[in-house]
Amino acid sequence: MPQVSLTVNGKKHTVQVEARTLLVELLREKLGLTGTHVGCDTSQCGACVVHVDGISAKSCTMLALQAEGTDVTTIEGLAAADGTLHPMQEMFREHHALQCGFCTPGMVMSAIDLVNSHPDGMTEKEIREGLEGNLCRCTGYHNIVKAIAAAHPLMHANAAE
Amino acid sequence: MGFEGIGASVRRKEDLRFLSGRGNYTDDINRPGQVYAFIKRSDRPHATINRIDTTEAAAAPGVVAVFTGPDMAADGIGGLPCGWQIHNKDGSPMAEPPHPVIATGKVRHVGDPVAVVIAETKQQAKDAAELLVIDYTDLPSMAETTDAIAPGAPEVHDGVAGNICYDWHIGDQAVVDAVFAKADHVVKLDLVNNRLIPNAMEPRVALGDFDTSSGDFTLYTTSQNPHVIRLLMGAFVLHIPENKLRVVAPDVGGGFGSKIYHYAEEAIVTWAAGKLRRPVKWTAERSESFMSDAHGRDHVSTAELALDKDGIFLGLRILTVANMGAYLSTFAPCVPTYLYATLLAGVYKTPVIYCNVKAVFTNTVPVDAYRGAGRPEASFLLERLVDVAAHDTGLDRLELRRKNFIPADAFPYQTPVALQYDSGDYQTTLRVALANADWDGFEARRTEAKSRGKLRGIGISTYLEACGIAPSAVVGSLGARAGLYEVAEIRVHPTGSVTVFTGTHSHGQGHETTLAQLVVDQLGVPLSQVDVVHGDTAKIPFGMGTYGSRSLAVGGSAMVKAMDKIITKGKKIAAHLMEAAVEDIEFADNKFTVAGTDKSKTLTDISLAAYVPHNYPIEELEPGLDETAFYDPKNFTFPGGCHVAEVEIDPETGVVAVVNFVAVDDVGRVVNPMIVEGQVQGGVAQGIGQALLESAVYDKSGQLLSGSYMDYTMPRADNLPNFQVSTENTMCTHNPLGSKGCGEVGAIGSPPAVINAVVDALKDYGVRHLDMPATAPKLWSIMQGAH
Repeated sequence: MPQVSLTVNGKKHTVQVEARTLLVELLREKLGLTGTHVGCDTSQCGACVVHVDGISAKSCTMLALQAEGTDVTTIEGLAAADGTLHPMQEMFREHHALQCGFCTPGMVMSAIDLVNSHPDGMTEKEIREGLEGNLCRCTGYHNIVKAIAAAHPLMHANAAE
Repeated sequence: MGFEGIGASVRRKEDLRFLSGRGNYTDDINRPGQVYAFIKRSDRPHATINRIDTTEAAAAPGVVAVFTGPDMAADGIGGLPCGWQIHNKDGSPMAEPPHPVIATGKVRHVGDPVAVVIAETKQQAKDAAELLVIDYTDLPSMAETTDAIAPGAPEVHDGVAGNICYDWHIGDQAVVDAVFAKADHVVKLDLVNNRLIPNAMEPRVALGDFDTSSGDFTLYTTSQNPHVIRLLMGAFVLHIPENKLRVVAPDVGGGFGSKIYHYAEEAIVTWAAGKLRRPVKWTAERSESFMSDAHGRDHVSTAELALDKDGIFLGLRILTVANMGAYLSTFAPCVPTYLYATLLAGVYKTPVIYCNVKAVFTNTVPVDAYRGAGRPEASFLLERLVDVAAHDTGLDRLELRRKNFIPADAFPYQTPVALQYDSGDYQTTLRVALANADWDGFEARRTEAKSRGKLRGIGISTYLEACGIAPSAVVGSLGARAGLYEVAEIRVHPTGSVTVFTGTHSHGQGHETTLAQLVVDQLGVPLSQVDVVHGDTAKIPFGMGTYGSRSLAVGGSAMVKAMDKIITKGKKIAAHLMEAAVEDIEFADNKFTVAGTDKSKTLTDISLAAYVPHNYPIEELEPGLDETAFYDPKNFTFPGGCHVAEVEIDPETGVVAVVNFVAVDDVGRVVNPMIVEGQVQGGVAQGIGQALLESAVYDKSGQLLSGSYMDYTMPRADNLPNFQVSTENTMCTHNPLGSKGCGEVGAIGSPPAVINAVVDALKDYGVRHLDMPATAPKLWSIMQGAH
């Protein structure tokens, strides 16, 4: 069985996997990181989004072996060591941007990449279009959009410090 | 600590674990020695199973077992039960054909389970299932609701003539016919309520476990009501006594009704775990969800409204054909009857109503309650019909509504279709919604849009629903095979913190917060010292779960009753400790006080005395401070309100943009406004989805064409606007909280508002009615045809 070496949330792992193993299966089943979810089988819902080398990626659409040598961040790796939430997590809580919580990890990871890639600010339309790859069935997105808009200045202020 | 009681938008207690990836969903649970089940499903809508050869599959790497229908039958496993019996017009019971857990003899819809392959890994089970040889003979089939009752239609079940599950009615047809014969206007409308696929983001999962030392079974499942599953599966399917069966529904990623029902996979994994003496896990792939989760809606109706010359409604006459799918799902029969036809008075004084409902079998996935369940079908029908009546008679659509509203001083109001409304104020919700939507300024916006080449329309719906289900005796007399009370246990711990054990289940609604706020309010305990436990039959008393917007109105009322008992007992302990008469003890703000004195004891003083009863009235009072209450509601609750949608259509493409959406709802007492707004926003999004985007599409034979997110259009962020959501509440008069429920109002009120707006935008094209979804190709074709 082939093996893959990668860093997940700052920790190095070398794992033997079947060649067809998806990155999300490696995370959930081999590493026990069940915060990343699987909501579909056609790469549409975005519940499985993680960051691979800082860029959002659908971990159900990537083979584990393709993650060789990469640095992966999952929802479990976002908060600071002392438990302080990432500003995006904090704004999701503040603006009630989650209900059942199932799409939330992927939504938060996508949202962070979206904000990172728009340092000069985002319109509501840009936020909505930027969420094209993530489905939420509970919230109607209204509060997710608000949370992302609120997190934007916090994240870029933090980055500027 | 700020204000945390009833009325405070406190942030949710559950969010921290969900936001940090520490939720505990069913698929996150794994048991030692676990094996994986893959369900082989029918790929054809209707066929005889001649033979299933499992030899090769059983010999494949990692395979532990392969089971088919006859294997379950050999163990005496019966079919899946139906929880509601409807009677025909003539008093005979509905047709209730068997629903085998694994198809036996025939398959009746695409997705019907045919075999289960269990292996050491999920991939091995899936690979081995490819090796099953299934010899079918295809049978004639159909999927469309009206095709089921066409002459010569193929029969889905032997012995169910004409595919009729039931032919039911409500009201006096002769009386209604007589009213129609004399009416000045009769407005007629044929309409379809499109079939939807619920699509909670978490696919269903079931994990069966068997403890070889105790002989106990545990089922972990994505359910909205674990006790209901334990009762149905234990007593009716697997014959496991309830003391040997535990059902756990941990964090559940959305339900919207689709996770109420007892599904085949739950029985399969539990039964297989017992046979194999190993835990068995099944996780749905999304494509399986599409063809195995109960679908929603799917009505075809003819509606007629009789009016006098002034536009006063005289009578309503409805014929509806409702699609049940291939089998009866758990609560399917009640949806197009008692959750639909009884709502046809809506907010109007219509004096006589007749409704005939024919429920039919087709070769499709079973249909059951989906967010709103029957009530969206009723509100869409009524609110379209009222707009069409305005169109046909030339009366103003607002005026027509206003003059037919049940007035605010008419409550309690008995409708002609069984329900008695307790409270409401429809003129107020209408007035506020029109103001919030700037209805009067609309024509200027239409003109401005026209200058940009866009067609702008505005639509309204003034709707009502019934929820907070339900009085047990009433639903029992209507055919329910269950009680619909709720239960709560309030455990005050020795040091004064509180655990609530509720029979309701939270799968996104935020009960861990809202229900805790009730404790803050009534017992004065800080929110941080209140925890809410739900979803485990080993922990909570026998409760009925969450659906029909019942958790606060029914489950919250049970909590109020249990806390009343805590206070009553606490007063006795306080009277003893403070050497006062019980009648002189008052309780407020976490303190028991001797009236008119400054002598008081905190709840913690009392709970400590209750658990360490050294100085205690032990002759008269048991130790401990832990009370349980069951609450059976006296009536349904009746949320209602007004939704206004404003749309713009691009005539070049037919694409509809919802540019403004206003909801003003009456949901009774609001505990957490932030959560209520979130519930309404989510419901509205699903309603807009139904109106513009979503539809379960079958071909004529019963092949599901919209079987993935590539084909079934889920609303995405850029399909939806910001919502202006607010409430104008009148209190429910028959439960102690005054709450009515808010979970479904969004999905019930919004679809007709959106379609009314689309029809309004297209008025220059002579459009009188449009069925949902109003997709771009449909509208584009209409506009092309009109040119």
